[in-house]
Amino acid sequence: MAEAMQTAQALPAGSEGKRSGGWWGMIALIVTEGSLFGYLLFSYFYLASQTEQHWPPEGLPDLLIPGINTLILLSSSIFVWISERCIQSRQMRWSIASMALAVILGVCFVVIQLHEWNDKSYDMAANLYGSLYFTITGFHMLHVIVGLIILLLLLLWLGLGYFDNRRYAAVTIGGLYWHFVDVVWLFVFTSLYLTPYLY
Amino acid sequence: MNDYGPGFRRCTPINYAVFLCALTAASAALADNEAAPLNYFLHSYGPAATPTMHLGWVFVALLLAILIIVASLLAGAVFHKRPVEDFRKIGREEEGMPWIYIGTGISTCILVVLAIYSLVTLNVIAKPTHVPGLTLTVTGYDWWWKVEYENDDPARHFVTANEVHIPVGVPVLVKLKSADVIHAFWVPVLAGKTQMIPGLINQQWLEADTEGVYAGECTQYCGVQHAHMGLEVVAQNTAEFEKWRDAQRRTAPPTSAAGANAGQKIFLDQCAGCHTVRGTEAVGAHAPDLTHLNSRRMIAAGLLTNTPDHLMQWITHAQELKPGARMPSMVLTPAEASSLSAFLSTLN
Amino acid sequence: MTHNTPDLSLNRVPEMGSAPIGSAAEIRLAELWETAPGWRGWLSTVDHKTIGLRYLVTAFIFLLMGGVEALIMRLQLAGPEQNLLTPEQYNQLFTMHGITMIFLYSLPILSGFSNYLWPLMLGSRDMAFPRLNALSYWIFLFAGLFLYVSFPLGEAPNAGWFNYVPFAGLEYNTGPNIDVYALGMVLLGISTTVGSINFVVTLFRMRAPGMSISRVPILVWGTLTASVANIFAIPSVSLAFFLLWLDRRIGTHFFDVVNGGKPLLWQHLFWMFGHPWVYAVVLPAMGIVSDALPTFCRRPLVGYSAVALSTMATMLLGFGVWIHHMFATGLPTLALSFFGAASMVISIPSAVAVFAWIATIWLGRPVFNTPFLFFAGFVILFVIGGLSGVMTAAVPLDFQLNETYFIVAHLHYVLLGINVFPVIGGIYYWFPKFFGRMMNETLGKWSFWVMFIGFNLGFFPMHVAGLLGMPRRIYTYAPHMGWNMVNMITSVGSFVFALGILLFLVNVLVSLKRGALTTPNPWDAPTLEWATPSPPPAYNFAVIPIIASRHPLWEDRLDEGGGRSSLEQGYLLMEGRETLGTTSLDADPDIILKMPDDSLAPFFLGLFSALVFAGLLLHWQNFTILMVLACSLSLAAWMWPRKTLLQRVPDACEEGAAHG
Repeated sequence: MAEAMQTAQALPAGSEGKRSGGWWGMIALIVTEGSLFGYLLFSYFYLASQTEQHWPPEGLPDLLIPGINTLILLSSSIFVWISERCIQSRQMRWSIASMALAVILGVCFVVIQLHEWNDKSYDMAANLYGSLYFTITGFHMLHVIVGLIILLLLLLWLGLGYFDNRRYAAVTIGGLYWHFVDVVWLFVFTSLYLTPYLY
Repeated sequence: MNDYGPGFRRCTPINYAVFLCALTAASAALADNEAAPLNYFLHSYGPAATPTMHLGWVFVALLLAILIIVASLLAGAVFHKRPVEDFRKIGREEEGMPWIYIGTGISTCILVVLAIYSLVTLNVIAKPTHVPGLTLTVTGYDWWWKVEYENDDPARHFVTANEVHIPVGVPVLVKLKSADVIHAFWVPVLAGKTQMIPGLINQQWLEADTEGVYAGECTQYCGVQHAHMGLEVVAQNTAEFEKWRDAQRRTAPPTSAAGANAGQKIFLDQCAGCHTVRGTEAVGAHAPDLTHLNSRRMIAAGLLTNTPDHLMQWITHAQELKPGARMPSMVLTPAEASSLSAFLSTLN
Repeated sequence: MTHNTPDLSLNRVPEMGSAPIGSAAEIRLAELWETAPGWRGWLSTVDHKTIGLRYLVTAFIFLLMGGVEALIMRLQLAGPEQNLLTPEQYNQLFTMHGITMIFLYSLPILSGFSNYLWPLMLGSRDMAFPRLNALSYWIFLFAGLFLYVSFPLGEAPNAGWFNYVPFAGLEYNTGPNIDVYALGMVLLGISTTVGSINFVVTLFRMRAPGMSISRVPILVWGTLTASVANIFAIPSVSLAFFLLWLDRRIGTHFFDVVNGGKPLLWQHLFWMFGHPWVYAVVLPAMGIVSDALPTFCRRPLVGYSAVALSTMATMLLGFGVWIHHMFATGLPTLALSFFGAASMVISIPSAVAVFAWIATIWLGRPVFNTPFLFFAGFVILFVIGGLSGVMTAAVPLDFQLNETYFIVAHLHYVLLGINVFPVIGGIYYWFPKFFGRMMNETLGKWSFWVMFIGFNLGFFPMHVAGLLGMPRRIYTYAPHMGWNMVNMITSVGSFVFALGILLFLVNVLVSLKRGALTTPNPWDAPTLEWATPSPPPAYNFAVIPIIASRHPLWEDRLDEGGGRSSLEQGYLLMEGRETLGTTSLDADPDIILKMPDDSLAPFFLGLFSALVFAGLLLHWQNFTILMVLACSLSLAAWMWPRKTLLQRVPDACEEGAAHG
């Protein structure tokens, strides 16, 4: 295989964007976490389809606040994406600002969601719907909090000047997780808030 | 280079001889099956079980044949003669695909046939050919069976335990419920098993071709005394069945003898929290209905035959005979025991 | 060529060359990769070979524990109405036996092989995530200990390994036993998941250049398939156990019948995981046979592509047949028909593998060494287990066979036949690679025959017990049931089998001390792991080889045209711990991967996560929160971008120096 050795070309070294191991690992993590939410929603629909109780117990859910909250979470994702684009075009200040905005929007989501929880007349031990509702949104909340910690770390690392347009794999990988957390919310939102309108 | 060393020699075909010995030993063990009351492989006594038994025979015959063929192929592969060649010579990779094509092809054909046969059988046993003539409900409890014969007229509705009576030649619909954990209702020579799941009413049907007593067992692990949760299905001709049913519908007769009266008082004090005797104030719902206790062949869900001695042993030593059962070991003086025994002996 | 400051440029042309033993480059590599001596090195090592051996040893110890549990049960069941054990003790024993064998032995032992062998087979210097690999082991170990802590207290899980609700619910099981099982399984799930992710990424990124996807050994296909399946399936069982724990300790109602919960939800979630899992614990073992059998047949495996495809087909179908564990739950006939037929189809890929093995033996020139005996014996056990599986796939038969000893016989033929026999054969085969010494052949053959005879004697009669109507999981039986003889034979057989295992263990211990020293490739095997010294050095390959065929070490004799692999000349990669990342399908060089140094973070993260679960078990709220914080801090420290790994931009002056 002498020819292969002579044509050896320059290769990137270390954690380079989508070639890094971390990117692949994150995709695999997202697949398994996605399955987890799949099984959660399966459990929801399995139990919902057989229930003889009021479903949801308070009647059809109000969509206004959760709808706005969904938009907030999605826009947060957009700012993470912008932050990454800014690194690519070497606008490090804009990148930091955008990431900070994403964090703030994420925190807003958490606050509004906690408020939603507080408004419910039942808790997770009150009835079957409550168990499902709080477990599913609770799992999602846990992911949002982990995601926010990741975004905060990325913000810190950006502030410390760890990344520039040549090397920023952590932002790509951490951002991917945040996008996942947001996309999965769409499924949760559709299942818990929209499908009750269908039957 | 290789380090194969002195171990580099051929072994003898004892490989397969041994295997066949194991097979033979197993078949020998089959010899004492005449006594095996749950042997559904060789015996079946109803249309819900017989097609499955035949299916089982076809499967076992065919699969054993496949096993013997594959084992012979393997033995042939291992032992067929080959020219002596250099150890380091390596065979070519491409050869041998016909083995896979032919082997998999034949296997697939056999599987298709078996699948069709089993689906046909499934449809045959899924429903009885004519409308069930009797419906009853069996509820699994830790670790016994409540048997309810329903009737639109509440006076004709009655409850018994651990012993299901059915008329011969009539399909019987059995509704299956559970009062606590998951059990499974299984009377193998009459039908396959069905789980009894809390919150759900399952059903299955069975029918007996001939009169007889058919044993059943719980086959879903349900806790500490899962091993002792047997029941019996007694198939009778219609006249006997009707007679039995009429007897079961009656309430217990009033006691007259002094001993029995004292025994009844002990029963109401100590047993009525769980047991019912219809016609008395004992209306407990946690344990078998004892109104016609002495009509039953077994006690303690198949653990003991129903004799007065066994009964008193069971009452006073339940926790030794069936550790963990819900029935406590009762502490009775000899006088109390004999009174209680006298009372129980009236429950015919 | 020796560097004191490694080249930290973000792009560079990888240096090619050779590094024979004793050369300056080789010495430099050894310095870079070897683990420091002492307890610190012991706790911090990320060497996949060490981790693989730890997996093997730990899983084997669990096998022995599960085996002892089984033997005690066989004493109890040897005759009717015995009182050696109380019912409660028996129930705990069979539950722990199931948990131990299914979760703590069968997959971890295969992970052990794969951990040790993958980088060597694929031509890499380590797994994709060495620290994750260490974490996976530590969590496995802690989860195993966690599951066993309650055993000596007489409070072990007692609801069977599939732990059906409501029996496993608080109402019928008030002690801590089910909590131990539930939390332990969630913890173990973390280990399995991160381990699986590691395997998948390793396969897609870490193969030597030229080792295209059609050139990887079948063991790699098996473990890859199992790992992908685990990634999808593990969340199901983790969720089920977590929901159960919530029901028990927080008061939710998922399985609570009175409040609308459904016991069948448990069965669905458990078996959606359980069935793929059954394949996950056999496919890598089948891979062991597919890879090692050809060595003893002096020819390549017949039908490589067919076997690789059948491996994946099995798993794909395996996700669609979970209902066949639930035939007796009262589902509609139509659903039963569909899942019954699907369950029969799944044996077709197995037929492919069986005929491939037989053809390989037939067309080859078998060499009757101990590993060959285990693999040939495995084929027959595989066939028996497969055929009895066909019987249980027939729905009407399953109505009878389900939950009887027939199922016990079937699953032991499958799990012992398809897992334990290849595993022991595999240890005989790779022992020289692991330790540089051969195992004793005479003792090896004895151990095989005793195991093989004992196994069939012990487990074949169980089929008969099942046909005679013996339900599983009963602690005793009445003498008039007709089960006395079969049970006695089974008990005798199980002790003979145990004796075989004991002979094997003696062989291991003797051979470790006195086995004949060996060469890199004592069996004249074709795959890449045999190109390294026995045992392999810390860095595996002095140069990353360039691969041109499926059988790099047989190329000189297979004479199939095409190029020759380059094993002596290759990528040097020694600016710190480095290996080559390649593209997923064709394995073209893609990136120089910086590999992490040994680290204590995995140990501590594993420890803290185990303590989180201990806190949950003991209801120590503050302690739990503290441990969650400790986990987060360990993770942040772990993930902190490092200059040496080129996870962040180097400082300007450093870069200048390196370029200068």
